[in-house]
Amino acid sequence: MDKAHIKYTLSWATLVLMIFVFIYVTTIFDVIGQYGMTTIVLIGINLIAAVGLNLVIGMSGQFSLGHAGFMAIGAYATALVSSAIPSIYGFIISLIVGIMVSGVIALAVGLPTLRLSGDYLAIATLGVAEIIRIIIINMKSTRGAAGIFGIPNFVNWQVVFGLSVVAIVFVVNFVRSTTGQAIIAVRDNEIAAESLGINTTKYKVIAFVLGAMLAAIAGGLRASFIQSVSPQDYTFMQSITILIIVVLGGIGSISGTVVTAIVLGILDVILQNFGSLRMVIYALVLIIVMIFRPKGLLGTSEFSLKKILFDSGGDHGNNNSKNQ
Amino acid sequence: MSSIIQQLINGLILGSVYALLALGYTMVYGIIKLINFAHGDVYMLGAYFGYFFIKVMHFNFFIALVLSMFVSALLGMLIEFIAYRPLRQSPRIAVLISALGVSFLLENGMSYLYGSDKRAFPQAIKTIQYHFGGIQISNIQLIIISTAVTLMIVLTIIVKRTKMGRAMRAVSADQEAAVLMGINVNRTISFTFAIGSALAAAGGVLIGLYYNNIDPLMGMTPGIKAFVAAVLGGIGIIPGAALGGWLIGILETLTQAVGLSDYKDAVVYGILIVILLFKPTGILGKNKREKV
Repeated sequence: MDKAHIKYTLSWATLVLMIFVFIYVTTIFDVIGQYGMTTIVLIGINLIAAVGLNLVIGMSGQFSLGHAGFMAIGAYATALVSSAIPSIYGFIISLIVGIMVSGVIALAVGLPTLRLSGDYLAIATLGVAEIIRIIIINMKSTRGAAGIFGIPNFVNWQVVFGLSVVAIVFVVNFVRSTTGQAIIAVRDNEIAAESLGINTTKYKVIAFVLGAMLAAIAGGLRASFIQSVSPQDYTFMQSITILIIVVLGGIGSISGTVVTAIVLGILDVILQNFGSLRMVIYALVLIIVMIFRPKGLLGTSEFSLKKILFDSGGDHGNNNSKNQ
Repeated sequence: MSSIIQQLINGLILGSVYALLALGYTMVYGIIKLINFAHGDVYMLGAYFGYFFIKVMHFNFFIALVLSMFVSALLGMLIEFIAYRPLRQSPRIAVLISALGVSFLLENGMSYLYGSDKRAFPQAIKTIQYHFGGIQISNIQLIIISTAVTLMIVLTIIVKRTKMGRAMRAVSADQEAAVLMGINVNRTISFTFAIGSALAAAGGVLIGLYYNNIDPLMGMTPGIKAFVAAVLGGIGIIPGAALGGWLIGILETLTQAVGLSDYKDAVVYGILIVILLFKPTGILGKNKREKV
C-alpha cells in the first residue's frame, strides 16, 4: 500500500467520522427529535438494500425486480430467530440466517435465469418475490397477513450507520477486485468477456447473490428496528422504492445511490402528506430522468475525494470513474 | 367429471382475457424487445374507459367496447411516443425503467384522480345462465370467449394479410433490413402499440363485465401473469401468446379447484421459473443459434 493510497483512505475515514459526529451532535442537542432519528435509520436501511441492488443492476447489468422478496427473507429470519433467542447473539445469528437463506434462494433463481440473455431475470425475480410473499402469508409460523409483532430491538442509528459504511466499503472494494472487474466486463460486453475466458453466468450469479444477501441484511435491520414485520411491507412497491434510489442516483454509481437514498429519504418526509400524488411525482421523475439521462443523474461516475483533495492532474489509476 | 369440464370452461374464459393481454406483450417484445410493464395498466385504463362510456355516456356495451379499444389504442401510441421512442438508442434497462415509470404513473395517477377504491362496473348486459347437463355457462362468459376469439382472428388477418402486418413482421425479424426496404419503423412500432393496447383494453372491459368491479391496481397481477403466458407460449410468437394465455387461465382455475386458491398466483410464477429452466424459448419457440 503506497503513501497516496493511505492518505486517500484516511481522508474517506475522516469524512465518515465527520458525518458520524455530526449526527451524534444533533442527537445530543435533540435537534431532529425521535422522528428525525427514525428517518435517518430508515435511510440507512434503504441505503444498504440499494447498494446491494446497484451491485446487481449497475455492476452486472442484470435487472432484478425482486429485491423486496430478499428483504422479506431477512426480515422474517430476524423476526423468528431473534424472537426465539432475544439477545444480541440471537440477533446476529438471525442476520446470518437471513443472509444464508437469501443467498441460497438467489443462487437457485439466478443459476437458471442468468444463463439466458434478455430481461428474463426481471420477471423471474418479480415472480420469486411474489412467491416468497405468498408463502409467508400462508405459513403458520410467520402468522400470515397479520405479521409478527414485538420483535426485540437491537438496532439504533449507530448500528445502521456502521453497517451502511461496511456495506459501501465492501461493495466499492468488491467492484475493484478481480471478481468485480470480471462482473463489469460481462456487463460491458458479454461476448467479449466470454471470449476472454470469463464464465459469464458465474459472475452474474455472484453479483446477484451478493445483492440478495445485502437485501437480507437490510430487511433484518428493518424488522428489528420497527419491531414488527408484515407481508404488506415487502410488496412489489418496496422493490420499486429501492429501484428508484438506484436508478435516479445513477446505475452503477455507489455515491449516486448514497446521495439519492438520503435525498429521497428526506423528500419522503416532506411529501408524506401527499399520498398518491407523491407516487405520481416519483413516476414522472423516473420517466423524465430516463429520457434525458438514461444512466441516472450521476451516470456511472463516482464522487471522488481523491480528485477534490489530491488531484494534481496525474495518477487516476485507482479511480473507478468511467467518465474520464 | 362434469365439475372438471366446468373448471376447464371457467379457465378458458379467464384464459381468454390473459391471452388478449399476452398478445400485446408478445407483439411489443417481438418488435422492440421490451417488456412493456405498462401493458397491464393499459388494460386497467381500458376498463375505466369502458366504465365511462357505459355509465356516463350510456352507450351500448359493444359500442363502449369498441370505443374503449380505440381510445386505448391512441393512448398506447402516446405512451410509446413519449416514454419509449426517445429511448430507442438507449440501453435496454433504461427503456424498462421508463416502462415501469409509466406503469407507476398510470396506477397512481388513476388512484389520485379517481380514488383507489374498487368501483362497480355497470351491468350493461343482464347475466343469463345456461345449463348443459351438469355444466353451467353464462352469456357473459360466451361474450368473453367469442370476443376474444374474434379479436384474435382479426389480429391474425392484420398480421398475415395487410401491408402493415407485413411491415410488423419485417421489423420484428430485422429492424435494420426493414429500414433499408423503405419501411417506416417508427410508424410500424406505433401501430404495434396501438393494436396491443386495443386488445388489452378489450380484455379490461370484458373482465370488468365479468367480475363487476374495477380498481386502479387491477392491471398489476394480470399484467404479470399475461407476460408469463407470453413466455410460456414463446415470446414474440402470436399463436403462442393465445395458447399460453389459455393454459395459464386453466392452470389457475384448476389450482383453485383443488383447494389451493391461496397459492394460485405462486403457481403461475412457479411455471415461469420452470419454463425458464427447461425451455426458455417457450412451447412454440424454436431454438435459435446465437450469432456473434
